[in-house]
Amino acid sequence: MPDEEYQRLQQRNKAEVKELWDILDEVKDPEVPVLSIWDLGILRDVERNGNQVVVTITPTYSGCPAMDTITSDVETALNKAGYNEVVIKTILSPAWSSEWMSPQGRKNLREYGIAPSEDADLCEDGLTPEAHAQCPHCGSRNTRRISEFGSTACKALFQCNDCSEPFDYFKKI
Amino acid sequence: MSDAIKAATLEYVTRLGDDSLVLGHRISEWVSYAPFLEEDIAYANVALDYVGRARMFYTYAAELAADGRTEDDFAYMRSDRDYRNLLLLEMPRGDFAYSQIRQLFADVYYSLVLPELVKSKDERIAAVAAKAIKETKYHVRRSRDWVHRLGDGTEESHKRTQKAADQLWGYTHEMFDMDETEQLLADNGIGVDVSKLRDQWHKDVSAILTESTITVPEDSWAVRGGRTGYHTENLGHMLTELQIVHRSHPGCQW
Ligand SMILES: [Zn+2]
Repeated sequence: MPDEEYQRLQQRNKAEVKELWDILDEVKDPEVPVLSIWDLGILRDVERNGNQVVVTITPTYSGCPAMDTITSDVETALNKAGYNEVVIKTILSPAWSSEWMSPQGRKNLREYGIAPSEDADLCEDGLTPEAHAQCPHCGSRNTRRISEFGSTACKALFQCNDCSEPFDYFKKI
Repeated sequence: MSDAIKAATLEYVTRLGDDSLVLGHRISEWVSYAPFLEEDIAYANVALDYVGRARMFYTYAAELAADGRTEDDFAYMRSDRDYRNLLLLEMPRGDFAYSQIRQLFADVYYSLVLPELVKSKDERIAAVAAKAIKETKYHVRRSRDWVHRLGDGTEESHKRTQKAADQLWGYTHEMFDMDETEQLLADNGIGVDVSKLRDQWHKDVSAILTESTITVPEDSWAVRGGRTGYHTENLGHMLTELQIVHRSHPGCQW
């Protein structure tokens, strides 16, 4: 298990109020609804401070337009569970990394038709390669990049040469 | 933070925010006009990175100013004379070659500035830079690939790319100017001494232009003024479009 993943799990398992983390599993990325904010790795901390719940999140990209929706969804989920005083903190450092995605998140992504970043061998400079990301539909590696920038900032667009389907690839960042 | 440093930091963060917003807006003007769909989407993505960066800088600026202004006031309620962005970034969209050459000049610049900015003793500035640095790697690759493709493409695309490089070159010198504000911050480990980055920028950009069969323009004329609020006529026109909704409907939310 990578270090980062181990530390995240430790943090969650040692949490004072585990229930809070479980409640937030309901909050999904509005643009990729099979990923919870935990799976995506943007949920950084949840703390109980008296009656207050303090949730710390971090954006994937500087201009991620989903942050406002996510913020209000976090609030709604906690309110529904009876926590009425919710404070949401956004932090920038450490900068989000696609490495933070949970194993379950990667699996969900593939089933949803998006290749997680680990399904391609990156270029030397660590960026998206021109070909051979694994097709989430048929499993072929015979694929090519169509665009480095996909439907959202976090994705690139590929097409499979075997089954002809286009698919999104979650960029490594 | 001493008062002098604080005032300088506010000015500096505003400059960085203005650079990001102005370039982000210019790039966004390509949305729905780009040569093909994927490129349209790519431009929208890059624009979003820059506008996001602007928001982070303006949010910090508003906190430093502590006079009740918000990030929106910085973006929407200042006139062109109050903007402190580099002139290069406000130049109009032009044709595709023109936009890509400008993008190359800017992307290579940020690929040198951000690794320095990330070492800033100001944690907020360092954090914004740490996020931006990752995005910029993708930006540089894209603009480099496009300049290759256009420069070493058809006769027409080559001609336009060369013309764009010649027209924009004189606006690049300002990127490496230092003034008292920036010097104070550089001396205190908060800002970047951009004057030291010029040689590397020239080397990197020249390599890409040469690979693209584009002649590297000679240093002859230079235009300056962005950092002191003396802009080209282009910025005012751009801001009217950027600000009109906010100014026509103050406080409106949706
Ligand atoms: Zn396939």
